[in-house]
Amino acid sequence: MERIYLDHAATTPVRPEVLEAMIPAYKNTFGNASSVYSWGREARKAIDDARAITADILGAEFNEIIFTGSGSEADNLAIKGAAWKQQHKGKHIITSAIEHHAVLDTVKWLEANGFDATYVPVDEDGLVSAAAVEEAIREDTILITIMHGNNEMGTIQPVEDIAVLAKDRGILFHTDAVQTVGSLPIHVKDMGVDMLSLAAHKFYGPKGVGALYVRKGVRLDPLIHGGAQERNRRAGTEDIPSIVGLTKALELADSERREVKPRLIAMRDRLIQGLEQIPDTKVNGHRDKRLPNNVNVCFRYIEGESLLLNLDMMGIAASSGSACTSGSLDPSHVLLAMGLSHEVAHGSLRLTLGRSSTEADVDYVLKHVPPIVKRLRDMSPLYQA
Amino acid sequence: MYTDKVMDHFQNPRNVGEIANADGVGEEGNVRCGDIMKLWIKVEDGRIMDAKFKTFGCGAAIATSSMITEMVIGKTLEEAQEISNQAVAEALDGLPPVKMHCSNLAADALQKALDDYKAKQSA
Ligand SMILES: Cc1ncc(COP(=O)(O)O)c(C=O)c1O
Ligand code: FES
Repeated sequence: MERIYLDHAATTPVRPEVLEAMIPAYKNTFGNASSVYSWGREARKAIDDARAITADILGAEFNEIIFTGSGSEADNLAIKGAAWKQQHKGKHIITSAIEHHAVLDTVKWLEANGFDATYVPVDEDGLVSAAAVEEAIREDTILITIMHGNNEMGTIQPVEDIAVLAKDRGILFHTDAVQTVGSLPIHVKDMGVDMLSLAAHKFYGPKGVGALYVRKGVRLDPLIHGGAQERNRRAGTEDIPSIVGLTKALELADSERREVKPRLIAMRDRLIQGLEQIPDTKVNGHRDKRLPNNVNVCFRYIEGESLLLNLDMMGIAASSGSACTSGSLDPSHVLLAMGLSHEVAHGSLRLTLGRSSTEADVDYVLKHVPPIVKRLRDMSPLYQA
Repeated sequence: MYTDKVMDHFQNPRNVGEIANADGVGEEGNVRCGDIMKLWIKVEDGRIMDAKFKTFGCGAAIATSSMITEMVIGKTLEEAQEISNQAVAEALDGLPPVKMHCSNLAADALQKALDDYKAKQSA
């Protein structure tokens, strides 16, 4: 049977070119980058080269990039590191209701440890307004953390506007750009952010490696104490193959974006328009301010897990914000924050396109989803045909 | 994560639909995740002759709904009364621990349908 992977927001496969670049790092560059002899110097050079390229692509300076063990770690380091360092100044943090749990749960943990937080709401398109962020600012606000592109419904937030607000008031601004680095052009200086998180596995790099951009002058307490790696901000012998892989993946994404992005947008819009033809279907997220690969819809009267199982039988891999698919049995906090009822959020479907996606995949999905929705609706006590 | 039996009942659910002039109807909502099942039964001489269901829920909810209709058809009211959610889960060769609550939906809807039948008889 044909298999179609449409869950690229969850993770992506490592590209062959990336793997190719990582192999010599495993085979030859095995030295500890902190050592003085030639093996150590070679390892140091591999990391330095990678850092220079990564910094350059993001519009950052060499010393402004910290490699981490994941996107989650980058978020944790930014938020806990900044909060801890600045607690003498104030204890208030501003974030949004639709953040990834790597941000949300980190802020909640800080709340449980003496900090204060405001969760800015979103509108029905999932947009955070800069005005709402401005209103939430207090005397003792020390950090604002608002994501760039939302992983569930794809809405892209006005981070540039929020960055201006934060800068005017001398408040640090972090953005979780895990879903946008690779897919959108990112220039940290133009964006005006103080910190930005990314993860390689979202753009065809290896899992278990990410990075945090930290503007020069911003001071963080480290999460991981020990050696002096990453300029004392993240102890631990560097994972050179992963760092090389992240960098190679970022270079490829950056050089191919001009070709890939419009292709994804065209397929995305065709999927959205096609699925919208199904009666009682709601499109979630902003139509234009949207990740190029994200499709998110709710089919009323049906539940997401049974939809995913049916799609899997047709070889289609997708995801849902249904309560039944979450370990906690709560529907997606993102869809609820956008004002969807529990029942409607229950029938959500997320399809996220990627490099391997084709127009034929779009046809296949548009052919198979409507009968599955109909079959489940015919089985639903909530549905009157 | 689901057994072959669960997948079989999920893919080919038995007895989907409604019964016009049913003798008992039970509707149950799952407080944990918000899912809903509705069950219709037809009773003759103290025995369940037919059962049909409609379910808004996950794979386990649909499979347990389907299984319970198979289990009750042909049973006396007293026998049907004894069917527990564990019995339905066992008949499907088990459910993942996080999905055990889904079987309550079917067991509770059945109890409600039986109660509805009794209430109608005594009315
Ligand atoms: C927006 C966002 N932030 C953070 C993460 C966490 O990244 P990682 O899985 O690398 O820890 C993800 C992906 O899972 C994400 O989509
Ligand atoms: S009925 Fe919702 S998780 Fe099974």
